[in-house]
Amino acid sequence: MNPTLLSPEGLSGLVFLGLVAVTICGAVIATAAKRLIRCLTGLVACFMGVAGLYYYLGSPFVAMMQLLIYVGAIAIVIAFGIMLAEPDEAKLVKKKSGLSGVLSLIAGSAVAWGLAVAALRADWMSPAVKLNDGSVRDVGMSLLTTYSMVFELVSVVLLVAILGSLALARTGRDKE
Amino acid sequence: MLNLSAQLNTYLVIGAMLFGFGVCGLIRRPTLIGMLIAAELVLCGASINFMAFNHFLAPDPTVGQIMTLFIMAIAAAEAAIAMSILVCIYRDYKSIELENLEELSG
Repeated sequence: MNPTLLSPEGLSGLVFLGLVAVTICGAVIATAAKRLIRCLTGLVACFMGVAGLYYYLGSPFVAMMQLLIYVGAIAIVIAFGIMLAEPDEAKLVKKKSGLSGVLSLIAGSAVAWGLAVAALRADWMSPAVKLNDGSVRDVGMSLLTTYSMVFELVSVVLLVAILGSLALARTGRDKE
Repeated sequence: MLNLSAQLNTYLVIGAMLFGFGVCGLIRRPTLIGMLIAAELVLCGASINFMAFNHFLAPDPTVGQIMTLFIMAIAAAEAAIAMSILVCIYRDYKSIELENLEELSG
């Protein structure tokens, strides 16, 4: 049952382990690094690992969207924010009492442990009959038939977000 | 060890870990940008769960992918709004440290 290391399955398993390592290390850096720009780099590494996991989950389309939207857009927006107002986080963390670090660690690990135990203990129903194979064609079909309303609503949400951020960032500009 | 990629539990545990890291960062970070980064981690953990259930259990394997795409769109909108709020706050307070924003609390 267990594939050998040099068979194709074994090599793909090895790549998978590498992707998991990249994801977890990126998340650790994003949470624990002192300077914000390093947090952002860790976040980008984590997103790339997650894109690889999506590829293993059988949807290269969502993996590409993950790279395009998260790494290409959101990370860049956050980088602009850091360039605009880089605070000295190292000093701030030191100024905060040591209790908050311990408390955050406890809270985070409690949440992760609870979710993981709940997921491992649950008795998931055996896979039902698949209606389709989840290819890009099927995703497009259901986006334009079953989920067309939600699709339109999401585009309205994005439009409102763009307009809202423009309006928010513009006010106060000509007052000074 | 090498066939971990074919098991549902692997992905669920990874998703739970990312969620936990995000919660930890949300509490720990003293600035708004750090909290935004942690919130993205939380959303990412949720999307991994959707994709895992989609691949292994869902009868229609497009639902999870579409949900993940919607989560990405919401995350992008959230980042844009958060950034412009941040610009506003920076203009008024000349800093984005949470300590200086205490007078904003109800």
